[in-house]
Amino acid sequence: MADVELTHLTKRFGTTTAVDDLSLAIADGEFIVLLGPTGAGKTTLLRLVAGLERAEAGAIAIGGRDMTREPPVVRDVAFVFQQYSLYPHLSVYDNLAFPLRSPVRGMSEAAIRQRVEETAHLVRIHDKLANRATRLSGGQMQRVAIGRALVRRPAIYLMDEPLSSLDAKLRSDLRLELKRIQAELGATILYVTHDQTEAMTLASRIGVMDHGRLVQIGSPREIYRDPVNSYVATRLGTPSINLLPADLLPADQLAVGTRTVGARSEHILISRVSGGLARGRVVRKEHLGGHVNLHVLIGGAEVVKRVDADTDFLVDDPVDVALHVPLCFDHHGDRLDAGGADANT
Amino acid sequence: MTTAAHSVVEPSPRSKAIAGTLVILYAVISMIPLVWIGMTALKTPSDAIAYPPKIIFTPSMAGFCDLFTTQSRQTEDYIKTLPPPTDTCDEITRSRGLVTAGPSNFLPRFFNSFIIAFGSTFLAVALGTLAAYGFSRFKVPMADDLLFFILSTRMMPPIAVAIPIYLMYRELGLSDTHLGMILLYTAVNVSLAVWLMKGFIDEIPREYEEAAMIDGYTRLQAFRKVVLPQAATGIAATAIFCLIFAWNEYAFAVLLTSGSAQTAPPFIPIIIGEGGQDWPAVAAGTTLFLIPIVVFTVLLRKHLLRGITFGAVRK
Ligand SMILES: Nc1ncnc2c1ncn2[C@@H]1O[C@H](COP(=O)(O)OP(=O)(O)OP(=O)(O)O)[C@@H](O)[C@H]1O
Ligand SMILES: [Mg+2]
Repeated sequence: MADVELTHLTKRFGTTTAVDDLSLAIADGEFIVLLGPTGAGKTTLLRLVAGLERAEAGAIAIGGRDMTREPPVVRDVAFVFQQYSLYPHLSVYDNLAFPLRSPVRGMSEAAIRQRVEETAHLVRIHDKLANRATRLSGGQMQRVAIGRALVRRPAIYLMDEPLSSLDAKLRSDLRLELKRIQAELGATILYVTHDQTEAMTLASRIGVMDHGRLVQIGSPREIYRDPVNSYVATRLGTPSINLLPADLLPADQLAVGTRTVGARSEHILISRVSGGLARGRVVRKEHLGGHVNLHVLIGGAEVVKRVDADTDFLVDDPVDVALHVPLCFDHHGDRLDAGGADANT
Repeated sequence: MTTAAHSVVEPSPRSKAIAGTLVILYAVISMIPLVWIGMTALKTPSDAIAYPPKIIFTPSMAGFCDLFTTQSRQTEDYIKTLPPPTDTCDEITRSRGLVTAGPSNFLPRFFNSFIIAFGSTFLAVALGTLAAYGFSRFKVPMADDLLFFILSTRMMPPIAVAIPIYLMYRELGLSDTHLGMILLYTAVNVSLAVWLMKGFIDEIPREYEEAAMIDGYTRLQAFRKVVLPQAATGIAATAIFCLIFAWNEYAFAVLLTSGSAQTAPPFIPIIIGEGGQDWPAVAAGTTLFLIPIVVFTVLLRKHLLRGITFGAVRK
């Protein structure tokens, strides 16, 4: 395992800048999760670290050694691709053994067998070891792809949405497994996902990317409670944060110059009012098992708040809404009261 | 007009029947010359030139005997003084008033064909695969122009440059040598090999090599372990096309080979027997000449079929 340092990395494809002047220092044993919309440059960043793309500018150091111009072989990284590229002409066993059979490692077949079997158990594919890699379901392929990375003990694991095609149960199992392996091996991991739960539970730090830039990086708690702008605020939290005009609803502690307020469920107070005085109305209840998303139409905007499943609000109930210390953003969407939310707890 | 409803993917029984009939008809028509050659190979020289042609005849091995041996005419008295014949060919030959003088040139010529066709096929496919990989994976300056240039070598019949090649080969001492013929057929086939293989390699996602390179292999090792196995189908298809050309090539073989490197195609048609062309021997030679290519094609037919329709259907 090793630390990885990216400084001022830039990568262009023609006119699109996929990665834009991005700097990031990953400490040894850290689990960094990258969040960002499609096309943000997450895959490109991983490919730069792996040496599959050559950066136009900037430097990459792995374990203190400058690797900017080195080929993938010497970088000693493991990569789980977004499209799990299993070798179609090999069996599952041979796919898992492939990295270990590399001439640079020179492991004995017996040692390889042991490691492959361990890993196969870990990703629960041991009953399919003899299968051709193409004779697997999507989720099984993805587990083999993860296994092919986990058989190795590289400087850093790069994982591009490794759990995306698994069912919810397996996904949460493997999530726990991954976290356990990471803690056990002290592995350094750079991980891309669109899944908030994965980001919140796995990350030591979350990096939010947009248009090739790293907009913010911090602990999951920081990113959730103290986003630097409205864009980052929309990345985390279910239901997603309500962005509302500052003067729409009564709110306490608004910063000066606030144009937009960001209201998460915990910032929203819904009260029942009687008669024609109510400004809002419940328009929809989404039952999500353990809780309910309550949609309230007020002043032409729809506000969503997560409430208990046994809530006694009904559709068409007249209500009023107030905000308690919401996040404040200026007309660019940048935070005005940064640090304020944390100061309140 | 009324049409019965039918499945979009499944042809109607009537169109299937028409297609089947056409295919069978075509197959039968194409088979007639082959059957004729096979029959002629089993006739005696006099049956072979009989008019009207004999459909029913007594099979004879005379053609094959003439193909593999040279003979000389001897008097009946002399033949009587010889020890008894050692094999069937001797017997047949002597019954025609001839004796076996020695082996013919057929086997060496056949062997030349083997060396030259397989040698040039191997070279063309190897070079073609490497070049195609380069074109497919790297930014080659002026790649499109180069590819067009490679293709353009096929635009005129190779025989159009026969005279310059003849002169060149004479100067370079390549006339009537195995090396010369292998180089020539390689040069003709390599353009086909590059284009075919480029199509196949383009279809292999580069992610596999990227994964292999990250897994600790150099590009060359990744090429060998990941690209080649997946290109096997393409390589087999390309090899068949190259082999068929090199095996059947006639014009250059006539022009550039006469002795030690002569291939079977210029040799077979001019087998002369007593009183002119020895048709059964020619037919026997042709029959044997067809066998290797048929065997090779049948062995690789699955690859060949996939190769021809490649790119038309995506997995
Ligand atoms: N090989 C390439 N050639 C040209 N443009 C590319 C190439 N690879 C990526 N891009 C562009 O770079 C940008 C970033 O792409 P990238 O694949 O890194 O996005 P991503 O964040 O991984 O998206 P997703 O979440 O959909 O996987 C996109 O605009 C994409 O079109
Ligand atoms: Mg991606």
